Amino acid sequence: MKRTPLIIIGAAVLLAFVPKLGLPAFYDSLLYMMLHWVVLATSWNILSGYTGYFSFGHGAFFGAGLYTTSTLLARYEWPFLWTLPVAALVAATLGVALGAVVFRVKGVRGELFALLTLAITFVIGTIVVNTPIDGGNGVPLSGVPVPKIGPTQSSTFYLLALAAATVTMLVAWAIFVSKFGAGLFAIHDDEDAAEVMGVPTYRYKLMALAISCALAGAAGGIHALFLSYVTAGEVFTITVPLTVVLMSVLGGTRHWAGPAVGAVAITGLLYSFTAADHAIAGKAMIGVVLIAAILFMPDGILLRLQRVFRRTPPAAPGAAHPPSTLAERSTPTASTASTTGHGEVLLHVRGLQKSFKGVRALAGVDVDVRRGEILGLLGPNGSGKSTFINVVSGHYLPTGGEIVFEGRHLAGLPAHRIAAAGIARTYQIPRPFGHMSVLDNVALATMFGGAIHDVATARKQAMTWLDFTGLHEKANAHPDDLNLHQRKFLELARALASRPRLVLLDEVLCGLTPSEIDDAVALIRRIRDQGSTIVFVEHVMRAVMALTDRIVVFNHGELLAAGSASDVMQRPEVMTAYLGRPHLEPAHA
Amino acid sequence: MSGFTLPSISLLSQSILSGVFVGALYGLMGLGLSLSWGLLKLINLAHFAFAFLAAYLCYQMASKGVDPLLTLLVIVPAFFAVGAGLHWVMARFKVTPFNSLLLTFGLTGIVEAVIQTIWTADFRKLESSYGEQKFKVVGLFVPVPELITLLLAVGISLAVWAVLRYTDLGRAMRAAAEDAPIASAFGVNQKRNALLLAGTCASLASIAGVCLALSFTLAPSQMYAWIGVVFAAVMLGGLGRALGPLIAGTVIGVSEAITMAVTAPSWAPIVSFTLLIFILVLRPGRAT
Repeated sequence: MKRTPLIIIGAAVLLAFVPKLGLPAFYDSLLYMMLHWVVLATSWNILSGYTGYFSFGHGAFFGAGLYTTSTLLARYEWPFLWTLPVAALVAATLGVALGAVVFRVKGVRGELFALLTLAITFVIGTIVVNTPIDGGNGVPLSGVPVPKIGPTQSSTFYLLALAAATVTMLVAWAIFVSKFGAGLFAIHDDEDAAEVMGVPTYRYKLMALAISCALAGAAGGIHALFLSYVTAGEVFTITVPLTVVLMSVLGGTRHWAGPAVGAVAITGLLYSFTAADHAIAGKAMIGVVLIAAILFMPDGILLRLQRVFRRTPPAAPGAAHPPSTLAERSTPTASTASTTGHGEVLLHVRGLQKSFKGVRALAGVDVDVRRGEILGLLGPNGSGKSTFINVVSGHYLPTGGEIVFEGRHLAGLPAHRIAAAGIARTYQIPRPFGHMSVLDNVALATMFGGAIHDVATARKQAMTWLDFTGLHEKANAHPDDLNLHQRKFLELARALASRPRLVLLDEVLCGLTPSEIDDAVALIRRIRDQGSTIVFVEHVMRAVMALTDRIVVFNHGELLAAGSASDVMQRPEVMTAYLGRPHLEPAHA
Repeated sequence: MSGFTLPSISLLSQSILSGVFVGALYGLMGLGLSLSWGLLKLINLAHFAFAFLAAYLCYQMASKGVDPLLTLLVIVPAFFAVGAGLHWVMARFKVTPFNSLLLTFGLTGIVEAVIQTIWTADFRKLESSYGEQKFKVVGLFVPVPELITLLLAVGISLAVWAVLRYTDLGRAMRAAAEDAPIASAFGVNQKRNALLLAGTCASLASIAGVCLALSFTLAPSQMYAWIGVVFAAVMLGGLGRALGPLIAGTVIGVSEAITMAVTAPSWAPIVSFTLLIFILVLRPGRAT
């Protein structure tokens, strides 16, 4: 893994000798353009490829850098190299300001983000043209001295772009293999689930946007001097973002090096046609290449090549674990009743309310969960059980009431903070991250719930959870290849991997066959035995009777009854809630 | 920055009217795009290429003396076939929404190159018997070609809205957009409907193209100038809604026109796009 940065730096050092070859200036500018697009496409990919938030505003961020440098050069006569950090900073500030507003709005996902960033491009472009920044005539920079880095002026630009590209590639790689990167890819697949696993989605998106903008801004700064005459018409358009999208998708957005491959390919293609004076044919040719690439390599060149030359997949340290100690240590037959009632109160919920536009899903419920118990949460459909889990896990904001977990107030905190506090949940319909392997799905939860920072350790620990749930043979499979039973167990493994003190299980048994239910019941016992407290929403009465220490019953968003399962289910009000009011004979009490 | 000048009432109402006309064309251009994005989950950038190709074909036939509106009889079915064909390819290869954006961008490049080869990069303007006609209503000039565009845009948008809302075919299409496999299970012939819809979208693009040829000068590179603002109208109007692009397009067109009248034309984009940003950010969140 650590070989990659050395390869990047090594390649950069080799490429730095190209000006010594004394090639005609044409090659310098061709190589400059290639590297320029490598920076733009790769920086775009850090936000848009990794998280799936396609930005059409890269022109604006690039342009912000371009105009920052040109203004500082033309108006204030700064030395050129000093303008570059400022250009990066201005672009990043612009991006963060935009992101801070846009990412706060819950409805802004995918296509809306694309539109907003496009709109920003035109707004900023209009401002630049109509104010003295540009003034409508462009900014001439021909009088500005070019720093002497390479033997000629064109080679200087080439070396500057090379440095920028090297930094960009290193950053893209470092994020790709880090915990940060794993979080970004989780946002791509299922943002809500990522948040519940403990990924600080808002902050991560903002950070990725800032990095992406800063790199684009620096590229803009270099390009300003390269152009030596800056005009807004070429910058604040849809052409820049479309080109980088094109390059990234062609190369592959799910790989750090994909955009660079695409950038080199497309720039090379463009140049080979313009150089031979066939600009029109070139345009058509790029169209054909693009169509062919999308039809036959929808995941990008790089992933396609990887699939062709697949060696051993980069996976599963210690994949051949024997069924681990955790699983053996478990005591599936231990009687559950013995521990009842001894634990202190772990989760303390008072007057919890949740309304959806006037529909009261929770009308003020009081629930205590004691450490070490399995609490069954029952009730007819629509009684508020799932809402309870959604509110406690932070997926919904409560309308009122308080949630106290180990003495900390959780009501109103974002979901990732609640996850970090030690509460995990599963979804009734499993929501795995579709593009990640089963192992990485679990490793993600390990990292974000368990404060583990490097991916390798996380994978190793994730493997023990796969052993625990019996999924170790599927570690490298993708969630799509699992059956429902295995997907439910994957949900469990993910929930456990964050080492929660409280696990909220939302109908894990629903849809399983009787023998699969037996497996799951044994597994849930083992989960409790290794130290987690469990809230268990379920309709399968057999499992409820076998597993729970206590149950609470909800009806119409209110607490109807609480106590031991065999006792509560006999109560008349509970039977009425489930079966309706008897007409002929009274319920036996 | 030029200062703010308060225009006279008649100048202001004239520019609002011209904003309505331009907005109608935004809406007509956006209609097919919106349907294909909302109901087929395909973002068809080639929509603009289709519109321009249709505009050039219209121009070509009109220069041989054919009435521009009569060319619709040939152009509309031809583009229906093109659109259906394109969709057949995309469905065959299971192209994802963002890949469809790129594929159709590639196609746009090819069409641009074709147009440039046949008609050159020079500006072309269609000449027709009513091209320069205008009449005066309550002190306002109404140019005939723009009026035709407006009537077509309103008529077609209403017709599409009615079909989607009140016919079995429309219901089937909306159901398939929600959940294609389930719709199929209920007997919706999803494949046929999708081809039908894709063909219709391309036909709508071609009608917009003819309207474009009626009132604008044409150059191949101009097709990119429309993308930003029409996309804005489409997303503002709501994907897959028949009346959305027309309404949103008109809002954008009018706000642009007023800005141009009050300040300088170069400020025009800022109002529409700022408006757009505010509407998007401040409107109550849809399903989250």
